[in-house]
Amino acid sequence: MSTAELLSQQEYKYGFVTDIESDVIPRGLSEDTIRLIVAKKNEPDWMLEFRLKAYRHWLTMTEPKHWPNISYPEINYQDVIYYSAPKRKAALASLDEVDPELLRTFEKLGIPLTEQKQLANVAVDAVFDSVSVATTYKEKLKKHGVIFCSFTEAIRDYPDLIKKYLGSVVPTNDNFFAALNSAVFSDGSFCFIPKGVRCPMELSTYFRINNSESGQFERTLIVAEEGSHVSYLEGCTAPKFDKNQLHAAVVELVALDDAQIKYSTVQNWYAGDEEGVGGIYNFVTKRGKCAGHNSKISWTQVETGSAITWKYPSCILQGDNSIGEFYSVALTNHAQQADTGTKMIHLGKNTRSTIISKGIAAGKSNNSYRGLVKVMPKAEGARNYTQCDSMLIGSNCGANTFPYIEVMNNSSSVEHEASTSKISEEQLFYLQQRGISQEDAVSLIINGFCKDVFLQLPMEFAVEAQRLLGLKLEGSVG
Amino acid sequence: MLEIKNLHAGIDGNEILKGINLTVNKGEIHAIMGPNGSGKSTLAKVLSGHPAYQVTKGEVLYEGKNLLELAPDERAREGIFMAFQYPIEVPGVSNAQFLRLAYNEKRKHLGEEELDPLEFKDLLKERAKVVEMDASFMTRSVNEGFSGGEKKRNEILQMAVLEPKLAVLDETDSGLDIDALRIVAGGVNQLHNANNAVILVTHYQRLLDYIVPQFVHVLANGRIAKEGGKELALELEQKGYDWLKAAPENNGAGAGAN
Ligand SMILES: Nc1ncnc2c1ncn2[C@@H]1O[C@H](COP(=O)(O)OP(=O)(O)O)[C@@H](O)[C@H]1O
Ligand SMILES: [Mg+2]
Repeated sequence: MSTAELLSQQEYKYGFVTDIESDVIPRGLSEDTIRLIVAKKNEPDWMLEFRLKAYRHWLTMTEPKHWPNISYPEINYQDVIYYSAPKRKAALASLDEVDPELLRTFEKLGIPLTEQKQLANVAVDAVFDSVSVATTYKEKLKKHGVIFCSFTEAIRDYPDLIKKYLGSVVPTNDNFFAALNSAVFSDGSFCFIPKGVRCPMELSTYFRINNSESGQFERTLIVAEEGSHVSYLEGCTAPKFDKNQLHAAVVELVALDDAQIKYSTVQNWYAGDEEGVGGIYNFVTKRGKCAGHNSKISWTQVETGSAITWKYPSCILQGDNSIGEFYSVALTNHAQQADTGTKMIHLGKNTRSTIISKGIAAGKSNNSYRGLVKVMPKAEGARNYTQCDSMLIGSNCGANTFPYIEVMNNSSSVEHEASTSKISEEQLFYLQQRGISQEDAVSLIINGFCKDVFLQLPMEFAVEAQRLLGLKLEGSVG
Repeated sequence: MLEIKNLHAGIDGNEILKGINLTVNKGEIHAIMGPNGSGKSTLAKVLSGHPAYQVTKGEVLYEGKNLLELAPDERAREGIFMAFQYPIEVPGVSNAQFLRLAYNEKRKHLGEEELDPLEFKDLLKERAKVVEMDASFMTRSVNEGFSGGEKKRNEILQMAVLEPKLAVLDETDSGLDIDALRIVAGGVNQLHNANNAVILVTHYQRLLDYIVPQFVHVLANGRIAKEGGKELALELEQKGYDWLKAAPENNGAGAGAN
């Protein structure tokens, strides 16, 4: 069977559309659109101010089309719908009141939300298009002082925390997409772990884009107070449409003294078809600030979906002895494009960062690692270790590495290693000679290649990630 | 069990095997000897289905069925095993993980229940004794950072786990010191029984002191140039291979009778 035939048999199993009545605002973006969103969401004036400031900045900015190694047709920002929410009857008192169609949708995605079926030790915030539709285990978490809720509720119930931290890591004028998000973001998740608390369960948000015409602009903010710990997971899927949808999210993490945040993503947005028609434009700004001494922020991402991925989860290592980590697997197949990596900004003394990036390119895809390690003058004794490995499958794909190193303190050490490899016919034959099918052999080799990253993922996520990579590469060799 | 008839095979249009005839029955051990470049590894790879080689003529029957139409992994599940002359490294994949996958593929093929990691660990521990391999090798990546000798031992460990019906061992003795050679040979002898067969591909007679073949075939120039019992190996040891190379090609062709 030819590669093409095999691939066409492989289905994106999350590609269904939920038929649900939605409250949709007209296309286009202006100050009036922002006022409309604020009105829909009943937001206070300070939020309107925040959004308008961002919007006015955005108008002066240009889309970053030149420096990333990606290309796509002009996006008409006036043709996007900036708010689409499933209609709900009234304010929801409990999960039982969530539209059954939505519950069914999330259940199909493997995220049961009802009390009886909830995942055992993972609290989930389920975001559907522009709004959060349900959050599980809220009450249980509250007993430990942990706040986990939709962004909309957070603005209403915890305005002081939001005012203090929103935009404190990613300023509204940070970049084109972050400014756009700040202007129009509609929902997302807020997590707050108070001083000294180890969050008793994993927190997670599951993002689902359903509407073919709307963008998703969500916001995540995680604040870990002194000595607290939290592990957060993020998953994403979208239906198959032959139009592209824009996803421009902002994630901000703040870790105070001795706090630790572990943030894991398995990104499986619809990637478009073999020819590159359709799929999500995933233009995301993720950044964490190790504000306190001895704090630690660790990003782990497994990026397998999206037509285009543009994201650089980063760490600002401000507190002395703070630690930043970035573990990434980025897989591209067919016509997918990824320009992804990280930034590690060393400000404090003895700050340490580790970057492990595994890029896998198949089909005619293009996969670039772009990373910045910056050591500022006061970062005495800062250390970085970077390892970037690329694997090519077939000969029509491309892999690139763009490391940027700026060192302004000569007591620091920065180490960079890179490699490029191919799955060889000999390797495949060896495994096949032991009775392993070609597909399983490819999976095994790829999973071996990604091991250092998978080891960082929570157990269930690691299993899911391995399965996903196998599925994504089915038929791309031989 | 295996019947090779007038096998011609090559790579990129270059004929390497030029009419091989060979029959192997259950319970037998055959040695295939011959100078460098005579086509020994090519024969092993053609039998196991390496995609780079093309069979241009002849047939191979395995248990009465046409072997050549099976994919390499199907052949393996049907009981054909090749110990590689140059074992391949698979970074990040532990030996135990790899072996369990291979073992379970075979179990599935036989309609048997798969073993979970714990059950398999016990089995692996048992089988590792055959080649006196330390448990630490099970958690290490397949062949990565193994010495030449360790790689060869690892091949025989795989054989011990998979219990093939037909094992083709390609230069498994090369690169082994005398102690390792004794261990590996002892392992193969333990695994050999009346229901399976072994083809030993080797350059030197040394291995045959430990694993005693009933038949010795000498390959030269892609043909079987001479055949005999185990004493032929000793003769080769004394005379070298040059006298075979000098022999006219058409002499060799007739020697490969069944
Ligand atoms: N992949 C290959 N490409 C080209 N020639 C090859 C290849 N493999 C083997 N050969 C040639 O085929 C002949 C037989 O090789 P091989 O089977 O490895 O011999 P042996 O194992 O007896 O030393 C040699 O002349 C070798 O150069
Ligand atoms: Mg050889």
